[in-house]
Amino acid sequence: MLLADGLRHAFGAVRALDDVSFTLHPGQTLAVFGPNGAGKTTLLKVLAGLIQPRGGRARIEGGRSAVGWIGHQPQLYGQLTVWENLQFWAGLYDVPEPAFVRRERDLVARLGLQAYEHQRVRELSRGLVQRVAIARALIHDPRVLLLDEPFTGLDRTAAEEFRAVLAAQAAAGRVTVLVTHNVEEGTELATDIAFMRSGRFVDMAPRHGRGAAEIADAYRRAVSGG
Amino acid sequence: MLRHAWRLARKDLLVEFRSRTAILSAVVFTVLVLMVFNFGRDPTAVAAVDLAPSILWVTFTFAAMLALNRAFQLELENQALDGLLLAPVSRSSIYLGKLIANLVFVATVEGIGLPLFALFFNVRVVPVHGPLVGIIALATLGFVAVGTLFSAMTARTRFAELLLPVLLLPFMIPPLIWAVLATATLLAGRPLSEAGGWLRLLAAFDILFVALAFVLFPATVNE
Amino acid sequence: MRLLQTGRWITVIGLALLPAVYVRAISFTPVERMQGAAQKIFYLHVPAAIWTESAMVLVGVASIFFLFLKDPRLDRFAEASAEVGIVFGSIVLTTGPIWGKPIWGTWWTWDARLTLTLLLFLMYVGYLLLRGAVTDPGLRARYAAVLGICGMCLVPFVHLSVYMFRTLHPQPIVLKPSAPSLPGSMLATLAFSFVVFTVLFVGFVTQRYALSLLREQAAPHA
Repeated sequence: MLLADGLRHAFGAVRALDDVSFTLHPGQTLAVFGPNGAGKTTLLKVLAGLIQPRGGRARIEGGRSAVGWIGHQPQLYGQLTVWENLQFWAGLYDVPEPAFVRRERDLVARLGLQAYEHQRVRELSRGLVQRVAIARALIHDPRVLLLDEPFTGLDRTAAEEFRAVLAAQAAAGRVTVLVTHNVEEGTELATDIAFMRSGRFVDMAPRHGRGAAEIADAYRRAVSGG
Repeated sequence: MLRHAWRLARKDLLVEFRSRTAILSAVVFTVLVLMVFNFGRDPTAVAAVDLAPSILWVTFTFAAMLALNRAFQLELENQALDGLLLAPVSRSSIYLGKLIANLVFVATVEGIGLPLFALFFNVRVVPVHGPLVGIIALATLGFVAVGTLFSAMTARTRFAELLLPVLLLPFMIPPLIWAVLATATLLAGRPLSEAGGWLRLLAAFDILFVALAFVLFPATVNE
Repeated sequence: MRLLQTGRWITVIGLALLPAVYVRAISFTPVERMQGAAQKIFYLHVPAAIWTESAMVLVGVASIFFLFLKDPRLDRFAEASAEVGIVFGSIVLTTGPIWGKPIWGTWWTWDARLTLTLLLFLMYVGYLLLRGAVTDPGLRARYAAVLGICGMCLVPFVHLSVYMFRTLHPQPIVLKPSAPSLPGSMLATLAFSFVVFTVLFVGFVTQRYALSLLREQAAPHA
């Protein structure tokens, strides 16, 4: 469960978040669309607890150990292998050994990383690195996923598999906040859609089965008009 | 907290061991400095024992600087700092982990440097090696503790490698002087009790600044 | 703006009184027996040194309060104190050798005050460089506060070291000027000079603070 209540934040005079409020329950996936500079990344950082907002509050049930994050940086150590990276991050989240082994094997299989498991991350291509980052985010079985442009660098197959992973997460009752400026990729997974501009939620509503084209239209209108 | 700190330190050391650049430069530099000092002095004019403590400590200081520069640079390169802050790991664990990794690094270089120093300068280190190691440990802890804290700040600035030594300089001078004075006492064959005052200062410095660093570190990473 | 004007007035008063210090020191204070006329620089040197050190304490204290209260005024005050501190430090480090050369024959000596002031000077340099290197104002204030607190905590250690060093290596008796066993008129001149330097410190800090404030108002978080 995730709660955002009247979030306000600014960088100097620039308003990054302007009274953002919403609540998400298990199984919901919120896709936030917005142009660059709308405050999407700031929103995620505030939700994650990386930034203390100037006003309002954000709460995630379970605290930091319940959060999985995929951001612009992969947060992997180039000198270490895929397996070592996953083991390191799992250790920080206190994942017990048997659970780690099981999950690691599962994620590596699902994301097509078997061949690279014992290769150093800095030798991998951008797309592969992104897949490892996804594994890293999920290794501790987080209840809440915060994703910032997670499809960057993924080819079709990997993107498909990732979507399947996210769908499984949602089915298992996880909460996801997905931030992107690519309407096509985000729409299919979302249960709720929000448009963001200049730090505000210009519109937020359940998807109601709308397709990508419809959403893209609504997005264009919301962001350029009003 | 200790467990997390240890995991972080282990990760740092593993990465460092794999790339090997920093430790190699530190060792090479140490050898270089020792050689230059040796050839730079006139053996008939100045006895090795008089100059030795200063040379030893200058060498160790440079090694420490190399270690500290790479500490948070590592996180910056891998852009993993946010990840560490997101994890349910206390800020103190992050600091402690970095501190341990830095200490191990510097200790390794010192471990190589000290025997070389004894060899090049023909200084009898073995009879006093116990207390000497103690002095080295005390002084190293002091400036690595402060250095680790400062490197967290300088890592994100421009000219990080230049800024860190400048910031650190006033904080290294007192412990360095006390260490040199205590080392000189030891190498001159005097009893350790004569250096008591300097050792007490070193200990007090360590206690205060390690505690201060733990308290202040969160302010450098939290927003 | 009003603050800047207040600061300017205070500084002007201080600067106006400064020549009075010179006059008093040169004409109305007896020449010190052993050191001669050169000793008179002591009337500038000592108050400047006291304020260099006090400025660091102010920076440290302001920094501690800033980390708790997050009030930008405290950060501005710390910055202003540091800048004035480095100016006063420069005064000490230049007057010291000028005094020292005729008396001890060397430009530099590792006496208590000079050593401490040199370290303080280096700390101020570091503090101001750090401030200059960080672009984000929030981050800059926090980093500066951390450094300021560390700096303040180092000062007692330097005092202790110097004290211990002196008990082991006694200094020439000439270094008595710091002792209060001064004849009345010398003490009076010193006290007067100290008051003038205090006025100058307050004036400079006020002006610097006001400038900082004006700059921020003119270009908000540019």
